[in-house]
Amino acid sequence: MIKRNKKRMLLILLTVSAAALLAAPFFGVEKITPETVIQMASEDVRADIFWQIRIPRVIAAFCAGAALALSGMAFQALFRNPLATPFTLGVSSGSAFGAALYIQLGLSFSILGITGQSVSAFISAMMSIGIVYGLTRLKKGSTTATMLISGVAVNFFFASLILVIQYISDFDNSFRVIRWLMGGFEIVGYSSVVTILPFITVGSIIIMLHINELNLIMTGEDLAAGKGVDLKRLKLYIFVAASLMIGSIVSIFGVIGFVGMMVPHICRLIIGYNHRYLAPVTLFSGGAFLVICDTLSRTLIAPAEIPVGVITSLLGGPFFIYLLITGFSEKGQH
Amino acid sequence: MSGFDIRVDNLSCNLGGKEILSSFTFDLPVGKYTSLIGPNGAGKTTLLKCMMKFLPISGGSVEIRGRRIEEYSQKKLAREIGYVPQDAGRSIPFSVEEFALMGRYPYLSPFSSITEDDRRIVKSALEMTGTEEFADRGYDTLSGGEKQLVLIASVLAQGPKIMLLDEPSTFLDPKHTEMVHRILDRIKRELNVTILVVTHDINSSIMMSDGIVAIKKGRMVFSGEPQEITLPGILDKVFDKKFTYTEHPVTGRMIIVPDVMQ
Repeated sequence: MIKRNKKRMLLILLTVSAAALLAAPFFGVEKITPETVIQMASEDVRADIFWQIRIPRVIAAFCAGAALALSGMAFQALFRNPLATPFTLGVSSGSAFGAALYIQLGLSFSILGITGQSVSAFISAMMSIGIVYGLTRLKKGSTTATMLISGVAVNFFFASLILVIQYISDFDNSFRVIRWLMGGFEIVGYSSVVTILPFITVGSIIIMLHINELNLIMTGEDLAAGKGVDLKRLKLYIFVAASLMIGSIVSIFGVIGFVGMMVPHICRLIIGYNHRYLAPVTLFSGGAFLVICDTLSRTLIAPAEIPVGVITSLLGGPFFIYLLITGFSEKGQH
Repeated sequence: MSGFDIRVDNLSCNLGGKEILSSFTFDLPVGKYTSLIGPNGAGKTTLLKCMMKFLPISGGSVEIRGRRIEEYSQKKLAREIGYVPQDAGRSIPFSVEEFALMGRYPYLSPFSSITEDDRRIVKSALEMTGTEEFADRGYDTLSGGEKQLVLIASVLAQGPKIMLLDEPSTFLDPKHTEMVHRILDRIKRELNVTILVVTHDINSSIMMSDGIVAIKKGRMVFSGEPQEITLPGILDKVFDKKFTYTEHPVTGRMIIVPDVMQ
């Protein structure tokens, strides 16, 4: 009975994801219908809008959402706590600090066609997640609670550094930092997709190969280790996978919060804790959710855009609270 | 091969600068049931954790079936030893069957999935522990006694040669305590599994065990036949407390009662 319900939910979620992915490119300021796509000539400006702007943007949003959700899912499982995501543990402010520093110092360089701002954000994202990982290893037998608190401390530390930079910088630089903190897909072309794809692919594969371990660790660290899970190795792999994915995404698209915490949690309430189903569902739901949010961000007050990070939080917060109040959580857990 | 499944030799373990185990030496004979008794904080759980490679050893050695534990990966160790930790209010968000199937993890690679053989082994583990009737129920909906039986089933699914159990009956009612004892006895007799149980239930351990080991302040203070623990003065020394020895009115067996406060 439970199993049939899950299969049905799985089918519904996959259908919605596919629909969102297919429909999103047709929304926007310029009206483009499926017929016009087929009929329009290649020199038509709408062809450029469709193929060179909207399609890569939708793909980028999907990849980013999928990776943010999947790495959030892995962290929540690893620490058996829905609040433990790479973002809540300081990656967002860490990467933002890197970007802010780059802006403030007035640097201008690029590596392999990737902007210096992205490189700088990536490095500091890896650094902040490395600090949290180091803290979990430093103290033997450190609990999830101490780890969460140290993550929050790292988060505040970098957030304060950003404030310092903003305080001493001029209005223009300050605005660039704030805008970057809100995240967005405005200037996406195929090149950004190509940049993040290897990181996201490698990270996703690592996580997908640890489905059994993620299930086992949900039962408790001692039981998991007793059944043969190498906890140190598992933590290292999950941290590496998540930091590759998150680092690449925040460095290109800025900070997009809430997806990594909310999407996997909602999926868990609906699908249950078995990562064999949860992982693929989280991947597709995360992708579809961010595609929908990005579509809203560029259509709601068109021709202006609302930063997508704002949309995810505005949409996610109330929905999240609704789920908790209606007691869906109890039903979801068998 | 020797007649011992586990040989602990001169084992020391330091945690946070404090010596929890010092020069601990003992052997577990193949297919025997051994009880480990001792006061709270004596190092019983630490000893089990050292044997499971959860904690680093500061000195001495642990040999599992003729090989030092350093030679085992955690996965290979899980094929030899099944570990049942204290339950203490854990949440396991899976059905009993899903959880028991996780006992097959030591035999899986990232690319293989559960086979018919695995399902057969898990089914017989559930049958042996009398838990097959709640196979579809969520672990978290079970009673404390049922949970303990399911924990044993999932360890049994690992096909272990050795089982280490940390206070399996401390929080159980008399009926479930007896069930756990019966099941462990059956596992020992039918599967020839070597069993080590940490317990505070001295009377049951005398009845159930082939041998008893007592630990106090990280040192071994007694090792011998179950009857020998009832010799005058031994238990008093282990627990720093007076015990009264009397005979069971029906069976005539020796039973031990802690002196009550007057």
